[in-house]
Order: sequence, then structure tokens, then C-alpha cells
Amino acid sequence: MYEQRIVVTNKSGLHARPANLFTKTAATFQSKISVAKGDKSADAKSILKVLSLGINAGTELIISADGPDERQAVAALIELIEAGLGE
Amino acid sequence: MSKLIIQGIAGAQGIAIGKAFVYAQQKLIVDTRLISPEKMAGELERLATAMESTRDQLAHVRAKALEKAGEEHASIFDAHIAILEDPSFLDDIKGLIENDCQTAACAVDNVAAQYVTLFSEMEDEYMRERAADLKDIGGRLLRNVLGLNPLELDQFDDEVIVIAHDLTPSDTVSLDKRYVKGFAVNIGGRTSHAAIIARTVEVPAVLGLGDITEKVQDGEIVILDGINGLVITQPNECQLDEYCKLAAKYNAARDELKKMATLPAVTPDGRHVEIAANIGVPGDVEAVLANGGDGVGLYRTEFLYMGQDQLPDEEKQFQAYKAVAESLDGKPLIIRTLDIGGDKELKCFALPHEPNPFLGWRAIRICLDRRDIFRTQLRAILRASAYGNVLIMYPMISGVGEVRQANAFLAEVKEELRQDSIPFDKNIKVGIMVEIPSAAITADIIAPEVDFFSIGTNDLCQYTLAVDRMNEQISGLYQPMHPAILRLVKNVIDVSHRHGKFTGMCGELAGEPLAAVILLGLGLDEFSMSASSMLLVKKIIRQVSFKAAKEIAEHALTLQTAEQINEYAAQTLKELGLNLD
Repeated sequence: MYEQRIVVTNKSGLHARPANLFTKTAATFQSKISVAKGDKSADAKSILKVLSLGINAGTELIISADGPDERQAVAALIELIEAGLGE
Repeated sequence: MSKLIIQGIAGAQGIAIGKAFVYAQQKLIVDTRLISPEKMAGELERLATAMESTRDQLAHVRAKALEKAGEEHASIFDAHIAILEDPSFLDDIKGLIENDCQTAACAVDNVAAQYVTLFSEMEDEYMRERAADLKDIGGRLLRNVLGLNPLELDQFDDEVIVIAHDLTPSDTVSLDKRYVKGFAVNIGGRTSHAAIIARTVEVPAVLGLGDITEKVQDGEIVILDGINGLVITQPNECQLDEYCKLAAKYNAARDELKKMATLPAVTPDGRHVEIAANIGVPGDVEAVLANGGDGVGLYRTEFLYMGQDQLPDEEKQFQAYKAVAESLDGKPLIIRTLDIGGDKELKCFALPHEPNPFLGWRAIRICLDRRDIFRTQLRAILRASAYGNVLIMYPMISGVGEVRQANAFLAEVKEELRQDSIPFDKNIKVGIMVEIPSAAITADIIAPEVDFFSIGTNDLCQYTLAVDRMNEQISGLYQPMHPAILRLVKNVIDVSHRHGKFTGMCGELAGEPLAAVILLGLGLDEFSMSASSMLLVKKIIRQVSFKAAKEIAEHALTLQTAEQINEYAAQTLKELGLNLD
């Protein structure tokens, strides 16, 4: 189990298109990955669950992964958010 | 039924008159009876087939969207496909079939409804609108499970105005623009897909009409007024006549103005000026480019600071400035440093209560005292300058002293970036907003310290004429065309030209058609205004020679009152044959 905190900075947060990119990236890893906002947590590979969290710009998230490629998975998702999620 | 005028929200401009097509997305009847375990495999199979068809249809709709409305809108359907392929969406549906013995149709309906409810209860307006995506996907999948054809809005052979409860993204893409003259819908607002697509394909749309689908009969004539957000049912002869004329006038004017977007702002005798826009948020750039803007003459950065609990950090500001700089693709972007105080208050930075806030601690005065805030912003602007053509503008400058202080601090910040090897435009241009009379009068002293001036007529007028803009009692005294203002404007422009610098204007006067010829004649180099005013001002500039404009400006300067100048400006526009309607 490995986790890291990050603040979402791209302008629209984890909405439709950025969320799509995020979940697609998550799906390329074997580990079970979850994204948590406050006390709510969701499967990072499900766009519906991620959208349901309602993540706006400025939201702090904890991304955690459990599995063979947990470190790479968290690092890749953090990097994606830092790069602005394609926006 | 008697005639009705129904007020909604104007989603896309324009006027349409035509036959109503009431698009009844009748509620599909779903059999809620439970199934016996041996039928389960059949239902799962049915679901799998429906998933396959839905995916094919979405790929088709995406291709159509790309062709009709571009990549931006087509990508909405990528999100649809992603939802369809979402493992938890499928698992939820399968779960209801396998564990609760529901039919595939019933399971799809329930799962879609559950997400629609979840999304429509979210706080964020954008997310609430996404409930429409789920409804769209769910409806499409359900129709496929039930073996029904997809609903399409491109089967018309006559012109119609579509009346619907709501339009899904799929609907709006399938709209055939040859026949669909506009749409009126029960729910939604300016950020709905329906409104966005309507603006892109340029048909009028009125949203949030409540129960328009109940009030209009299929086939009756309705008037859709996308300018005022109205729908008129059962119009009488008089209204029809009036709206026919209005529609013709609106369409002709729009077509005429549209042509201006791709043309340069140049007078018949070759004087080039820049027509730029004032913006508040990165999203505003779209309208600037669509209306052929030459750049952004004023980016009001206050919006980044407003409604926030804490001051925006460097990264957040950098991302916003960079986004705008990049989307302008090399066109100039003048970023005004923080201009708070006066009538603009911030939640994240409490200002002391002052008896005269407009004459108090505001804008550059705050920034020069609070170097921490100023440094963060300057760093963000400088970093963004590596991604486009960025210029810096200081607001509320009263004299050369402040300019020197701000520039000295800017040099320090540049040095910090240099030491950290952070890229920025080393020759970034710096200018001031001329809005205090003392700056206008001492422009010759300030000019050597700056690259440009931009005249903020709103405050310049308020300070020069001692008129509170907000005080209705004296609103008649607020006169941007007052001889004193014109003289100050002339002085600033003349001084800047003598020093080889340029002068812009970002106050409301710059977008005022009546003032355009005089400002052109005074030698103004850049006109910055709201994006929607740009085409009209450009049209005027393209029709009057610089020589004539100079003579007109010279004469205007000999007049004694604002009334005389206004009257003279109106008369000259008429004489030049410039029709402002």
C-alpha cells in the first residue's frame, strides 16, 4: 500500500475530460487504486465514481494504490495531475 | 389557447419564427417484473448486445459531432463512451440482473437513474449539468436493450423550432441546421450543452422555460427570441410582423458584422489599429478569438482572487495566465496586476474600512506595500511570459515615483527567476493604466519609464469630473466625452507617440461606437473592449479615413461641452453614412 497527497490545480478539476484521462491512466495499472477526497473514497478506474466525488480545482486528494505496481501507479497519476490533466 | 409570452434564459442569440416541433421524449415503459433465474443468461446477453450497439452509435455520433461542431464538442462523446465502458457502471447493472433478478432494461434504467440523481444533487453547476450526460447514455442504452431505434433530430423536411423538455448532447449534435431554426427547452441555463452547441452552430436558443412542452402544440407557429430569452406562442399579426422585421435586421447585421472578424482593423487610407478585448477569466478568450480580436488589452486578474478563502498561489495564477497566453497564440496579452480596493473587495484579503475607498488604499498602492502579494503575482506573470506575448500593466498609477518603485521590484523578481533558471520573456513590455488625472497630465514624465499607456476611462472620468459612477443622483454628470477627458486622452496619446510608445484604451469608451471616430482621429493605437463590441467598432474604423477622423477629432476638441461633442459625434457618423443599427 502506497499513497500520496496532491492538490488539483487544473482549472476545471476532475470533470468530464480530465476525469476520462485520469481513469484511463489508472486503468493501465494492475494495482487496486483509489482516490480519496475528505472521508469519501472512490475507485480511480471508474469515471462515474471519480466524477461522483465532485473534485474541483483546489481540492486536496489522497491517491493510494495496493498491488504489484502501486508506486508507479501513484507516481503516474500524481504526475498527470501536476501536468494539468491535459488542460 | 390564448397567446402567451414565456420568459426563459437566453442561451444563444438570434430570432426565429416557425412551426413548433414538440420533441416528446416519451418516458419509456420498463417492465419491472422480476425474472426467473433461467432467463438471467438471456438478459445478460441482451445487455451485452445493447452495449455493443450503443458503442457503435456513440462512435457514429462522435464522428458527426466532429464534422459539425469540431473536436471540442466531439470530445463530449469520449466521456460518454468512457462512462459506457466504466467497469462499475456495467457491474452495477449486472449486479441488479444477477442478484436482484431484474430485467436488463429495468437494471439499466435503475442504475442510470441512480447516477442522474447523484449528479443532479451536486453543488457544482457544471456537475449538475453532467446529469444530462448520464440521462443521455442511460436513455440510449435502454432504447437498445428494448430494441428501439435511436432518437434523432435530423429527420426533418421542413423548417422547425424544436420544443423539448431537455436536449441531450446527442440530440444537439444530430440537430440538422438546415431545418432546425432554434430551440426552446424546459430546463437548463447558459452552461447547458444545448446552449453551448446552439451558440456554436448559431441558432437561437431559450432555456429554463419551465413547461414549454405543455404550452406549445406540435405544428403551431411560435416566435423564439434568443436575444431577450422569450418564447411567444399564438403570436398575432402585429407581433409576427414586428419579429419578422427584427429577425431580418438581426440576421443581416450579424452577417455583415461577421465578415469583420477576419478583416484587419485598418482605415481606407491605411491607418492600422488593434481591436482587443477585456477579459476576466481564461474562458473568455474563446469569444475574443471568435470575434477576430487582435489580442487582450486588459486581463482583469481580480477574478482569480475573488470568492477564494485564501490568496491564489503562484502556481494557480501561472496556470491561468499561461492558459490565456497560449490560447492567444502570439497575440498580445496585457495582464493588469491586482486591482482591488475601491468597490472591489476580497474575501481572502480583508481591506480596512475607509471613508473614501476610491481615494484610498487600492491597486498598486496595496501591491507596493504588500510585496509578498505583488511578488507572487509578478512571478506568475513572468513565468507565463515564456508561453506567449505577455505585457504587464500597473493600475492606479498617480505619478512616476510609483512606476519606478514597481519597476525596481519587477527587476528584483526577474533576477530571482534568472537565478533559479526559470524561463521568462526578458524583454517583457511594461505599461501603466492611465486612470488618475495626475498620470495623464504628467504622461511626459512617466513615458521614459514605460513601454505603453492604456487609458482607463471609467476611473479617469470619475476622478477628473469628481463624479461617483454609482451615484444615480449625479449620473448625468458622468460624461466620458467631456472636453477635459478628450484633452487628457489627447495628451497621453501625443506624449506616447513622441516617445515612440503606444497608447491603448481599456475603459468602456473604447467600445463606444459614438467615440470610435474621435479616438481614431486622436491617434489611439489600441481599442480594448468587451468581445461583443469589437466587430462594430472595427466596422466603423474600416469605413472612415484616418485623415477625416483627425479633422473630426480636431473639431471635437474645439467644442465646449460633452453634449455638444456627443451631438457632433452622432452627426458625423450619420454624415459618413455609418449605420449603427
